[in-house]
Amino acid sequence: MLVEGITSRPVHGGIQVDLFARRHFFALEGEGALALLAQAPALDEAFFDRCEVLYAAADAAGRGYDEALARLKPDLFRQTPTVETLLFRLRGCLSRATMGTRLYVAGGEGFIGRCMNVAAGFGMDAGTVLTEHRGSAARRVQCVHCKGITEDVSESPFACSHCGLNLLVRDHYSKRLGAFQGVCIDAEEPVSASRTPEEVFQ
Amino acid sequence: MAIMFRQETFRDDFTYRNSPANIHRFPFPFDRDEYAYSVNIEPHVPGRKGTIYESLIDVDEHYVAEMADRALVLKEDPLRYQALPHMMQAQWDVLELLMEQQAAGYPEHFSLTRNGDRWRWINRPLGIDDTFTFGARETLPYEPLEYIGRQTQGDLCIVDQRDNNLWMDAGLVTTQADWSLDFDVGMNFMEWHGPVPLAHGMGIFDRALKFLLNLQLGQPVRRFNWTMTVNPRLDTSPENYHKWGRDRTTVTPVNVGRKVHLRVELQTLWRLPRSNAMLFVIRCYLMSMEELVTVPKWARRFHRVLKTLPQELVDYKGMTRYRDTTVEWLSRHDDGAPTSPGIWPD
Repeated sequence: MLVEGITSRPVHGGIQVDLFARRHFFALEGEGALALLAQAPALDEAFFDRCEVLYAAADAAGRGYDEALARLKPDLFRQTPTVETLLFRLRGCLSRATMGTRLYVAGGEGFIGRCMNVAAGFGMDAGTVLTEHRGSAARRVQCVHCKGITEDVSESPFACSHCGLNLLVRDHYSKRLGAFQGVCIDAEEPVSASRTPEEVFQ
Repeated sequence: MAIMFRQETFRDDFTYRNSPANIHRFPFPFDRDEYAYSVNIEPHVPGRKGTIYESLIDVDEHYVAEMADRALVLKEDPLRYQALPHMMQAQWDVLELLMEQQAAGYPEHFSLTRNGDRWRWINRPLGIDDTFTFGARETLPYEPLEYIGRQTQGDLCIVDQRDNNLWMDAGLVTTQADWSLDFDVGMNFMEWHGPVPLAHGMGIFDRALKFLLNLQLGQPVRRFNWTMTVNPRLDTSPENYHKWGRDRTTVTPVNVGRKVHLRVELQTLWRLPRSNAMLFVIRCYLMSMEELVTVPKWARRFHRVLKTLPQELVDYKGMTRYRDTTVEWLSRHDDGAPTSPGIWPD
């Protein structure tokens, strides 16, 4: 069960904009703002007229990314107080999206997973969503035993926030769930055995 | 000839045993004395009488007990059955295929009568006599895949084919060797095989995928996979790993013969006629070491295979804690004599 180098691990290829799209939705979290800001100088007003940008500053609050994004004057710019409220708005955007809409997601690993999960609910194929990892590598993990999801996991093993089992975070990743898999690490050991967690997803 | 179905359990008191006749028809998967990693796909054609290949969907003495165990698993964890919405046509394809095959192979136990869309299905071992309308979900007590899956030995996955890939889009999985349908549903071929070590680098999955994409209707294929399980437990799911994992620490030189089981999966793949999807049957056979060594050829050969298995695979198959104990025990049943070619007993 302790296996490295698993191929289901998502590869985030970057959110190079697709100029052929008719409409552009950006879901950005924290440092993910930089993924769009870095490309902005090469993009024109006509592009931003077709853009909707949702942004949750999260850990990057106070760094001015929100103002920088607003200055791009996208057709819609909405800063949300949390990731949850961003996902709520994202559902709203996607529910009225039409053919030719491109979705771009940039931010932490867990954020990307949650956005992909929302997109899948609207029938968007994972392969058509452009993603870019920026900021924290903390993971979103599903406990295979109780099915509970724990956000922002930066250590392995960690205690499931739902059932409390000590979980090893595998590299096996479900795009449908937008989560890595956590499996009990000490099922084959006496209850007294303990392991020191290591920070591995920073 | 009617099968004598055993009353036995795959949990708690573990009363599962193979009769001597059933040991003889066990699909021992090794055709040589050392371990070789390969895709080993061959046409799934009917084989010799008295082997598991006699019928293309094999029913054996464990049928009734396995179906009871499956019902227990589904009661505790209904998520072991999942089907994405676009898979309904493929579900009906699977129901038809499994009814036809079981009725053809075992007419004394199963029968299927068709009158247009009105079908009557009789399953005597489980006491089922249902009439339903083919294609009409509401005329069955479950979705078609779950309905027939509760009456078929082996895990069932329906794999959709699109974009030059295969997608795990439906399944009924209760006897799995440590993979989660709930986690893997919706994944493509490379993704759901992600955790398998070594084979990716060897290009094995690329070749297998290319081969499977061209699978033809009426020409099913098969391959073996294998692992080992402590106690004859069918439900070695990751979902319950925190409960059964401890079994792996209970093997001793004294109990290894009856505790440690060779677990063989006969995997068959069938193209489906209407949906162009594929049925993937993963049929699990279990045999204790004590039962295995009653066939001298298998005792010698399995000892040699297990001894030469690469450590990565020992770990992946979860055998790390008891491989050596098992090899040691098997060595007493290996006199070093040469073994005959092929997998069947001498």
